[in-house]
Amino acid sequence: MSYLDNIFFAVILALGIGYFAMNVRKLIRNIRLGRDIDRSDNPGERWTNMAMIALGQKKMVKRPISGILHIFVYVGFVVINIEVLEIIIDGLFGTHRILSFLGGFYDFLIAFFEILAVLVLVGVIAFLIRRNIIKIKRFIHSDLKGWPKSDANYILYMEIVLMALFLTMNAADYQLQFRGFPHYDQAGSFPVSSLIAPLFDGMSDNAVWVIERACWWLHIVGILIFLNYLYFSKHLHILLAFPNTYYANLNPKGKFNNLDSVTAEVKLMMDPSADPFAAPANADPNAVPEKFGAQDIQDLNWVQLLNAYTCTECGRCTSACPANITGKKLSPRKIMMDTRDRMEEVGKNIEANKGVFIPDNKTLLNDYITPEELWACTSCNACVEECPVNIDPLSIIMDMRRFLVMEQSAAPQSLNAMMTNVENNAAPWPYNQQDRLNWKNDN
Amino acid sequence: MTNELKVPTMAEMMAEGKSPEVLFWVGCSGSFDDRAKRITKAFVRLLNQAGVEFAVLGTEESCTGDPAKRAGNEFLFQMQAMMNIEVLNAYDVRKIVTACPHCFNTIKNEYPGLGGSYEVVHHTQFLKSLLDDGRLTIEGGSFKGKKIVFHDPCYLGRANNIYEAPRDLIQKLDAELVEMKRSRANGLCCGAGGAQMFKDAEPGTKEINIERAEEALDLEPKIIAAACPFCNTMLTDGVKSKNREGDVKVMDVAELIANANDL
Ligand code: SF4
Ligand code: SF4
Repeated sequence: MSYLDNIFFAVILALGIGYFAMNVRKLIRNIRLGRDIDRSDNPGERWTNMAMIALGQKKMVKRPISGILHIFVYVGFVVINIEVLEIIIDGLFGTHRILSFLGGFYDFLIAFFEILAVLVLVGVIAFLIRRNIIKIKRFIHSDLKGWPKSDANYILYMEIVLMALFLTMNAADYQLQFRGFPHYDQAGSFPVSSLIAPLFDGMSDNAVWVIERACWWLHIVGILIFLNYLYFSKHLHILLAFPNTYYANLNPKGKFNNLDSVTAEVKLMMDPSADPFAAPANADPNAVPEKFGAQDIQDLNWVQLLNAYTCTECGRCTSACPANITGKKLSPRKIMMDTRDRMEEVGKNIEANKGVFIPDNKTLLNDYITPEELWACTSCNACVEECPVNIDPLSIIMDMRRFLVMEQSAAPQSLNAMMTNVENNAAPWPYNQQDRLNWKNDN
Repeated sequence: MTNELKVPTMAEMMAEGKSPEVLFWVGCSGSFDDRAKRITKAFVRLLNQAGVEFAVLGTEESCTGDPAKRAGNEFLFQMQAMMNIEVLNAYDVRKIVTACPHCFNTIKNEYPGLGGSYEVVHHTQFLKSLLDDGRLTIEGGSFKGKKIVFHDPCYLGRANNIYEAPRDLIQKLDAELVEMKRSRANGLCCGAGGAQMFKDAEPGTKEINIERAEEALDLEPKIIAAACPFCNTMLTDGVKSKNREGDVKVMDVAELIANANDL
C-alpha cells in the first residue's frame, strides 16, 4: 500500500517533466527556424552580462519599486525551489524531510525559505495591485488585451497558491512534529508557519496529517503545472533570460549590421573590372537568392526569435518609446509579442504538416506588424536600453524596413525623395555636391 | 570677431605635401542647412583659435549613407560608404572629427566592416581634449550662472555611450547645468533619428520634438544645449511652437564655447 504513493508520485513527475521536455523541443525547433548568426565571440563578457543582468537583475532596479519587488519574487521563487529537490526525494522514497541530517543548517534553510515565501507574497500582492487597482499605464496598454492580460494575473494567482500551500504544509508538519506523530521527526525551524500552526490545535492528529499530505501533493503538482504553463506564457523569461542575455548584442547600440549579401553586389557594381557574369567558384547552382531584410520569422535570425520567446511583456520598452509616447501605433513590446505569436503559428503549421511548413498566405509583415508601425521608429534605442533582459526590438524593425525598401520599394514617398537625392547629389536634400564648401564664404 | 575662416581642403594640403592632424567631416547638414552651417563655422573658429591643423574634404565629401541605412536601403548606404572610404583611404586619413552624431556613429561603427577604419571623435570630445591639452581655454564670463539644459543626442549617448564630454564643456562655462528627468541613457529622442527627419510623422497625438521641448522648457532654462544639428532643428521648432523662441535659445555646445570666447 505504502509503495502506491511513491509509484503514483513517480508517474506524475515523469508526466510533468516529459510534457515540459516535449515543449522545450518545440521551442528549440521554432528558434532554429531563424537565420544563423554568430554570437560565439567574447564568452567572458557574455558570461558577465548573464551574471549581472539575468542572475543579478541589474537592469530591473532601474525602476526601483518594481525592481525590488521583482527581486523578492525572483529570489524567493528560485531559492524555495531548492526545497523541491527534497520534495522529490521524499516523494520517490517515502522519506520525511530527507535533508534534515544537515542539522542546524537545515533549520536555517527552512526558516529562510519561509521568510522568503512571505516576501514573495508581499511582492505578488503588490504586483496584482499595480496591475489591477493602480492600473499602471504600461499594464493597461492596448498591447495587453485578452490572453496576455490574463496570463500575467494567472501567474500571480498561481504563486499565491503555491506559497500558501507551502506555508500551510509546513504548519501542519510542524504540528505533527510537535505532537510526536509517527514518521514526522523533529526537523526544521518554522518562524512563519509556526504562527499558522495554532489553527490546527483542536483537530485530530489524522485531520492534520490529511492537511499536511494534501498540501504536500498540491504543492508539488502545482509546481509541475507551473513548469508546464511556462511554455504558453510570458513567464518563459524565468528560464530564457539566461541564454538571452548571454547571446545579446555586444556592439555599441548605434552599430547596425552591414548586410554581407549587399556588400558582395555593391563591390561588383563599383569594380569596373569585375565580370558581372562570373559565378563564384563555389556557387551552389540551386541556391535561392538571399532575401534582403525580413518579411517573416524565417528571415529573422535565431537570436531575434529567442528574444521573442524571452519577452516578459513588461512594457518598459514601450513606455520609453518616443513614438509610442506621442500616440503612434508603434510599440516595441508589440513587435516582440507579434514575432512570438507568428513563430507559434508557423510552429503549429509545421506540426500539422508532418514537419514542413506549408505557406499559409500570411507573414509577420502586414498580417501582424504593419508598415505604419515600422515607419514610426526613430531608431533611438530607448527600447533596447530599457529592456531588463537585453531584447533588441529595433533590430527586427530595421530588418523589416529593409525588406520593405529593398524587396518591395515600399518606402514612404518622402523617403524615396531623400534617397534619390543621396543617390544623385550625395546629400539627402537637393543640393549640388559642388556647393558643399560654400558655407565657408556665407555670412 | 574674426571673419577669415581658415578651411583648407585635403586636396590643397596634399598639394602642399602636408597631412593634417585631423579631418573635419562636415556632414550634409553642416554643409547645407542654414542653422547647422553656423555650428560648422563656430567649430571651425575654435579649431582656428586652437591652431589645429585640420582639413575638410570639401566637394569630395558625400553623404555617409546614414539616412539611407536607417530607412532600410542597405544598397544605397553601402554604395555611399564605399565611395567615401575610397576617398578617405586615398588621402590616408587616420583621424576624423565631426559635429554630427549620425556621421560619427556611421563612420565609427559601420565603416570598419567595409574597409574604412579610422579614429573617429565627436566634436565635443575633440574640444574637450583640446581643453585638457591646454590648446584651448574657455572664458566662462558671458554664460556665468545661466541655466543651461543639455539634450543627449541618441546617436551620441545611448548609441555610443558618450555622456560626459558635452557636459564637461558646459560646466567650464560656469553655467548652471540642469538635467531633464529623461537624460543620459534615459534621454528622450528629439524625433529626427532613423530617417524621420526626412518624412512626416505617422499619425499620433503629438510631435516628438514638442514633447521633448516641453520637457526642457519645464526647467525654465536660458539655453537648451544640443550636440547634433538634427536635434538642434527639432528642438528649435519645438521651442517655436511654444512661442518661447524669444527667451530660450537652442545652441550647439560648440557655439556656446565660441560665443564665450567672443569668436
Ligand atoms: S528604437 Fe524605435 S521602437 Fe525603440 S524606442 Fe526608439 S522609436 Fe521606439
Ligand atoms: S522587450 Fe523587454 S522591455 Fe519590452 S516588454 Fe519585452 S521584456 Fe519588457
